[in-house]
This record gives sequence, C-alpha cells and structure tokens, in this order.
Amino acid sequence: MNNKEWPLWEVFIRAKQGLNHKHVGSLHAVDAQMAVENARDVYTRRMEGVSIWVVESKYIHANEPSEQEALFEPANDKIYRHPTFYVLPEELNHM
Amino acid sequence: MEINLEDVFQQKIDDEIKIEPRDWMPEKYRKTLLRQISQHAHSEIVGMLPEGNWITRAPNLRRKVALLAKVQDEAGHGLYLYSAAETLGMSRDEMLDELHSGKAKYSSIFNYPTITWADMGAIGWLVDGAAIMNQVPLCRTSYGPYARAMVRVCKEESFHQRQGYEIMLTLCTRGTPEQKAMAQDALNRWWWPSIMMFGPNDDNSPNSAQSMKWKIKRFSNDELRQKFIDITVPQAELLGLTIPDKDLKWNEARGHYDFGPINWEEFYQVVAGNGPCNKQRLKARVDAWNKGEWVREAAVAFAEKRARKESGNIEAA
Ligand SMILES: [Fe+2]
Ligand SMILES: [Fe+2]
Repeated sequence: MNNKEWPLWEVFIRAKQGLNHKHVGSLHAVDAQMAVENARDVYTRRMEGVSIWVVESKYIHANEPSEQEALFEPANDKIYRHPTFYVLPEELNHM
Repeated sequence: MEINLEDVFQQKIDDEIKIEPRDWMPEKYRKTLLRQISQHAHSEIVGMLPEGNWITRAPNLRRKVALLAKVQDEAGHGLYLYSAAETLGMSRDEMLDELHSGKAKYSSIFNYPTITWADMGAIGWLVDGAAIMNQVPLCRTSYGPYARAMVRVCKEESFHQRQGYEIMLTLCTRGTPEQKAMAQDALNRWWWPSIMMFGPNDDNSPNSAQSMKWKIKRFSNDELRQKFIDITVPQAELLGLTIPDKDLKWNEARGHYDFGPINWEEFYQVVAGNGPCNKQRLKARVDAWNKGEWVREAAVAFAEKRARKESGNIEAA
C-alpha cells in the first residue's frame, strides 16, 4: 500500500436549471478538473445533472453534532415566526 | 442522571432517525457497517469481471452497448459504496488493500465462470434480480450515506435485470433449439448460486439479529430468499425453462413455493476461496491495481505540473 491516495472531493449536482446544487456523494481525483470529469462519469450517467460543483472535502466545515441543541433548539419556541400564530377573522379568507 | 449513549442511539434507530457520519455510534455498529458496505463495494467491482468477459463477443451492437452500460453501472455502484464506507473512517486504499490481500470477502456468486452468451442473460435476470431483492430494503437502512448510495444503485438495477431477461426471452422464444438449450444450461448453472446469494439460513447467521435490531437489515436471509423464489418461478415458466430443483412445488397452505435443500458445503467452499474462479478474479483485480500504478503516479505528476503552471501565470501577471 502506498500513501499517495488521491484527495477526496465532495460532489454537488444541479439536476436542472432553476434548482440548487445538491450533494450527491464523493470521489477521488488529483485535482479539480479531474474531479469534475470523474463526477460526470460517476454521478451523471443518466442525465441527472446540468451543472457540477466539486469541493475538496477538507475544505468543508461543519458544526459538531453535539452542538445540535445549542444551535437549533432556540428556534423551537419562536412560534410567532409562523403565520398561524396570528389570529385573523374568517372573512379575510386567504391571507 | 447519566445518559447512556447506547440507549440514545437505539432510541434514534427505533424512531427511524438516520445515523449520519459524525453522530455517535457504537463501535460495533461502525465495524459491522464498514464490513458490509466495503464488501458490497468489492462485490460490485469484482462483479464486472464475469460480464466483462463477454463485452467484445456480444452478438450484436444492441447487446454490446447494453452490456457495456451495465458493467459501467457496476463500476459506479462500487464507487458510490466505497465513498459511503469512507465516511466510517477507513481510507479507500485500506479497503482495496483488504480486497487484494484476500482479507475482505465479496459475493461468492462472482467466482463462477461465464462460459456461454446465455450466461449474460442468466446473470442479469437472476444475479441482478437477487441483488435487487437484497438492495431494495437497504434503501431504508439506518446509516444515511449507505441508504443514499443504495437509492442511486436501485434506480439503476432495474435496467440490468430487464436486459438480462430480454436476452433469455430472445434465446427461448426466437432462438434455435440449441439456443434454447443454452439458456436452460445457463439457468441450471446459475440457479443455486443465485439462491445462495441471500446468505446462510437464519439459524446459521449469528450477526443477523443485531443487524436487524440496528435496522441495518430489514428482512432476514430466509425471508428474502423465499421472496426471490416466489417471484422468479413464474418468470422461468414464461420462458418455458425448468428450474433445476425437483422439490420445487407451490405450497397452498404456506402461500409460498417449497424448495429443495441448498448445498451449503459448496457455498462455504466458494467463500473459503475454492470456487471455480476465485484465484482468477482476485488476480485480475490485483493486476489491474498494479498495472495502474504508473497511471496514478502520472496523474499526480501532471496535476502538480498544471498547478505550478497556473501559479506561475499568476505571478507573471
Ligand atoms: Fe450493482
Ligand atoms: Fe447490477
């Protein structure tokens, strides 16, 4: 076994114009150009995409799963951010 | 009160919450998955060899493009699965090393030879058919990256089985008597190994219960095997072929087909490395890896050169 493993890249594909790029998986490639070419072969063999983004995996930064509560729980009790919090007369129909 | 991580984990599983790479997981869950996903990946990669054997000898262009596309899909399946396995903390090179050294297993079905064109039909129909039966429940497996990879795989498998069945159908309904005999011969050779693809009987499958509890697996080996047989028997009848099992019989009371005893001795022999093609398959993979060494090195050298050139251009500007 050698230690020359090619770097890992995360692949994001835009399925069609108007949609956002979505993470589909990862692959190994020597550089960005090869990563795009490989992503085309590995992830778009059946017209799954019209645009490919690749990002070297080491540049992805994420929150710690242990921070889950601290980060996302405060949104839980802010029901006034939702339209149904506001009580309006029936006659108003669609608002 | 102390929180037991393992209880929290099991609660998530019970609530059908997927486990993602950086979540806490029991070491044994990680190890079990790593073994299963990497072996699955190896099976896709080694699985290209028996069919690759016939690409240059496909009977016409339609069959050739289909077979080529199928084999390319299998390479893709291997790559989706390797990248899912890597999220559990093992490098790609380590996994390949385990395959090449013989430490890791792959599905033993690929250790059987493909001696006639009808084998391309039987493999698509039966081997991909059995794989689909195994893989569809894996789309809901508890580990997120594995489940997502399996969704992609399952979308592509249906074409594999259909092109195989079409080959059988052509041989059986439009072929000469010799061609139909060839189809029957392929069924005779591939039937039992396909049935064995579901693994040992439930009472001989010690890790199954834990895998079911962790929802890595959703159905037992025997359940899936029975389902496969029930679905496949009418398909063989439609072809006018006979399944090589004299005990095969519809059981009205069970609502299932009864079938004859499986030769587990053969299964364990093939798993142990003594199947007809084990050595040949492994050698083909090791040779491909070794002969690709210069290509991998050249690609790195070329990327470095391109990077130097680009940074040179920036400095010059
Ligand atoms: Fe596959
Ligand atoms: Fe397949």
